[in-house]
Amino acid sequence: MDYFIELVFSGLTRGSIYALIALGYTMVYGIIGLINFAHGEIYMIGAFTALIASTVLNILGLPLYAVLILTALAAAVWAAAYGYTVERLAYRPLRNAPRLSPLISAIGMSIFLQNYVMLAQTSDFQPFPALIPEFAFLEPFAAVVGSTDLTILAVSALLLLLLTLLIKYTRTGKAMRATAQDQKMALLLGVNVDRVISITFVVGSALAAVGGLLIASHIGQINFSIGFIAGIKAFTAAVLGGIGSIPGAVLGSFVLGLTEAFATGYVSSDYEDVFAFSLLVLILIFRPAGLLGKAAVEKV
Amino acid sequence: MLELRGIDVFYDKIQALHEVSLAIQPGEIVALIGANGAGKSTTLMAISGIAPPRRGEVLFEGQPITRLTPDAIVKLGICQVPEGRHIFPDLTVAENLDMGAFLRRDAKAIAADRDMLYELFPILAKRRNQPGGNLSGGEQQMLAISRALMARPRLLLLDEPSMGLAPLITRQIFAIIQKINQEQNTTIFLVEQNANLALQTADRGYVLENGRVVMQDRAATLLSNTAIQKAYLGI
Ligand SMILES: Nc1ncnc2c1ncn2[C@@H]1O[C@H](COP(=O)(O)OP(=O)(O)O)[C@@H](O)[C@H]1O
Ligand SMILES: [Mg+2]
Repeated sequence: MDYFIELVFSGLTRGSIYALIALGYTMVYGIIGLINFAHGEIYMIGAFTALIASTVLNILGLPLYAVLILTALAAAVWAAAYGYTVERLAYRPLRNAPRLSPLISAIGMSIFLQNYVMLAQTSDFQPFPALIPEFAFLEPFAAVVGSTDLTILAVSALLLLLLTLLIKYTRTGKAMRATAQDQKMALLLGVNVDRVISITFVVGSALAAVGGLLIASHIGQINFSIGFIAGIKAFTAAVLGGIGSIPGAVLGSFVLGLTEAFATGYVSSDYEDVFAFSLLVLILIFRPAGLLGKAAVEKV
Repeated sequence: MLELRGIDVFYDKIQALHEVSLAIQPGEIVALIGANGAGKSTTLMAISGIAPPRRGEVLFEGQPITRLTPDAIVKLGICQVPEGRHIFPDLTVAENLDMGAFLRRDAKAIAADRDMLYELFPILAKRRNQPGGNLSGGEQQMLAISRALMARPRLLLLDEPSMGLAPLITRQIFAIIQKINQEQNTTIFLVEQNANLALQTADRGYVLENGRVVMQDRAATLLSNTAIQKAYLGI
């Protein structure tokens, strides 16, 4: 039973990291219909920013909690700046181009950012400090859930809550939903659509960066290529849930995370990806628009 | 209040408007009639800054607005209800109205305007928490007009408000349009294929053919013009 619960926690932890990344894919797709292939690299840049920021902050001798919070802020802000810039340079000029052009531009951005970080940081794996404190009260349960798992879950839950409040209740959130549903009408009501799109990239990038920090601290090492596989997994989760749908991205992420955890736990970690992608194929056969996605006709 | 001076609008290489000129005085209802594809919607999109003219000028209260962005044009007091209504389907009725007031910051006055519109259209009040996509065509048209009024426009552009509506509903909508014009002193530029109804409602009218203004006159005069009757009124 303990083993089962351990796997559940492990699945939820994976799932919440996927969710933090998948939200960026799904929000950008929802608003401009683009699959932002460079999003995994934003996550990777978030992890590297966290590495640099935490190294500096640790040298300054700040307490662990302060280091964690400041590092998360630094990673979120820096990655958001990258996300904003990528949109401005690589996607906005192609807003009215044929659909394939921004997609190719996105792949180009992804390759560019990987190589840029590789040149700056080499291709070796670099050790990442454990930024998440060990909670004494969890010691009796150490067999089923660790401090890192719990922190990842709590931070993700908090961010999801904040995002939900933003989207549902703020003026900006309403403008984001309106723009996603009918861009021309949003323009006709005075929404600065370019700014709404920028905000979407900024929010998605910041979330991914926090995900990057959490998982890097959990695994303990990073290099320039970690964004690739994490990006593909999170994208899979977004498609699984119904790309364009925010609740869908979260649900898809947890379904994917749990599937992988159980596949690894009961079968073998070699088959983790096989199970993950078989699940994707199965769900798309029976629900082509994903778990919570709308019938494909809507997005033109 | 609004003046178009010889505007040419292109979609890529296709020219949709040829030297269109027209003028609207404060407080008027002006109708723009013409067959499908004549360029009526394009004219409104040119005014709203969505399809900017390649040549010519758009003036609002004497100032050129030809190169302004759509949000700057809304800010000046021009709001459009486009053809097909374009209700945000997954926003509630209340949220759709909020979007109309997107550029306003006076929360109290916004709430008062919303209440006023709920009084004018009780069905919207009843359905305020339902998604806009669930409304019937007539209800959506009421919502679309209400949403535009939430912007407190001085010039309201209406693109085919009668499209797809039953005659009874259409008559209701047109009565409301006249009421808005008289009670709130909102200037209205009305695009219609239903020329009969449009000319009965308007003070003056323009006739558009293949992207060109071919006739302009008082609405009553156009209604009794035999060429117009034959081409647009089915008489
Ligand atoms: N987005 C567009 N792209 C290309 N051509 C367009 C577009 N919108 C309208 N047109 C063309 O411009 C002309 C005028 O269209 P429109 O202004 O919609 O006419 P109306 O509103 O009078 O029916 C038509 O020939 C139409 O095919
Ligand atoms: Mg039209």
